[in-house]
Amino acid sequence: MSGLLDAVAAVLLLLGALLCLTAGLGLVRFHDVLSRMHAGTKPQVMGVLLILAGAAIRLRGSSVVWMLLLVAVFQLLTAPLAAHLVSRIAYRRRHVRRDLLLVAEIGFEGFGQPLPADAPQGDEPAEAVTDTSAPSGGSSRAREG
Amino acid sequence: MTAVSVVAYVLLTAAVLLALVRLVRGPSLLDRVVAADTILAVVAAALVVVAALERNTVIVPVVVVVSLLGFLGAVGVARYVGGMLIRSTTGDGVDVGLPEPAEERGVPR
Amino acid sequence: MSERIRRLVHELPVLGYLVVVWVLLWGTWSWANLLAGAAVALVVTHALPLPQVEQHARFRPWAVLRLTVVFLGELARSSAEVAWEAVRPGGGRSTALIVVQLRTDSDLLLSLVVEALTLTPGSIVLDLDREDRIIAVHMLPVRNHDDLERRRRGVLQFEDRIVRAFGRADDIAALDRLPDPAGIGRPPDATGGADAIDEQRGGRR
Repeated sequence: MSGLLDAVAAVLLLLGALLCLTAGLGLVRFHDVLSRMHAGTKPQVMGVLLILAGAAIRLRGSSVVWMLLLVAVFQLLTAPLAAHLVSRIAYRRRHVRRDLLLVAEIGFEGFGQPLPADAPQGDEPAEAVTDTSAPSGGSSRAREG
Repeated sequence: MTAVSVVAYVLLTAAVLLALVRLVRGPSLLDRVVAADTILAVVAAALVVVAALERNTVIVPVVVVVSLLGFLGAVGVARYVGGMLIRSTTGDGVDVGLPEPAEERGVPR
Repeated sequence: MSERIRRLVHELPVLGYLVVVWVLLWGTWSWANLLAGAAVALVVTHALPLPQVEQHARFRPWAVLRLTVVFLGELARSSAEVAWEAVRPGGGRSTALIVVQLRTDSDLLLSLVVEALTLTPGSIVLDLDREDRIIAVHMLPVRNHDDLERRRRGVLQFEDRIVRAFGRADDIAALDRLPDPAGIGRPPDATGGADAIDEQRGGRR
């Protein structure tokens, strides 16, 4: 029984480590900040969770299992929050490879407005239409292309 | 268990090295934040692996701290850059001294 | 009932959570731990007060259990998808940036949905237009337009599950409401990008 449990724990540890590796691979291979954020959250969190589960099985009966549970909960709570905060800034800073977007329903000049039908897509910056003489201050739409 | 530990350590080390590549290459601050966050998470995972394989429970409290540090760093930087964006009239921070996004400059990545 | 007591009752869930965290950190159960945890929780909540979340949530055990199972399943699935995307040759070249109008109108439920979406079906929530309940979502492995529509439905389905697990009766009723007839978005002169960041800092108008 104990041998079987240890085997399960070993498999979980290895799977988790493998997922962590794919997270690192995604970080290097993906093409913009938002995509890298995907790699840095999903496989990463799942990998850590699997490793924690494996450790909990292997350390069964010890009081640190509760602490491992706490780490798992923290991971689940904090990872999406950090991802959201960082990717929101990345989106405002236009860290997006537009040529890789299959669909872009929003531009960067404000949120909640659908792109106009004639909006430039692809490599061309969507805010190429500029009006530098527009009064600044409060207007987040005027910008330099 | 020796084989398991060797394989697990190799995988995790490779993960940290890959994230380090991203940390060095950037190109933007946010890329580095993501990379640093990932490195800390992998380090936490590696500490858990050590604890599990050696049945050593002393380092588990360290894992709690390390796993929260990455989050704090990411939130700190995100709020710092966010504060700069508030002062920016163009909304993307280029007018307050932040560089043009590398994705639009055609920097090798 | 004085204001002070009412506030304390309001804070009970947070206090309970902090006590549980404290006890888990010590790893052993004892009355001394419980009392110390309660003291620390009180100090933390009163020294560092947070804005109160007005809406109360319900807790439906059966729906929450189902949500948890679905959530973990989705987390595993989307991890595998992103992992495969990272490994396969030529991966990570097809993404999408879409907007989805949600139906729930409660701060608490919206934050839960956003948190869960960031971890599950291949999506990261970028931004939220609170008044119109619209979220901007970045999707990573998107193969084609059918795939995209499937994911878009998945987002709404996920909202459905979360609201049915934690929402009040009127939140659940709101699920049946149709998208705003005017379509998503507002006139171009409305809120610009910087305002949403002001909201983040509590400067909501």
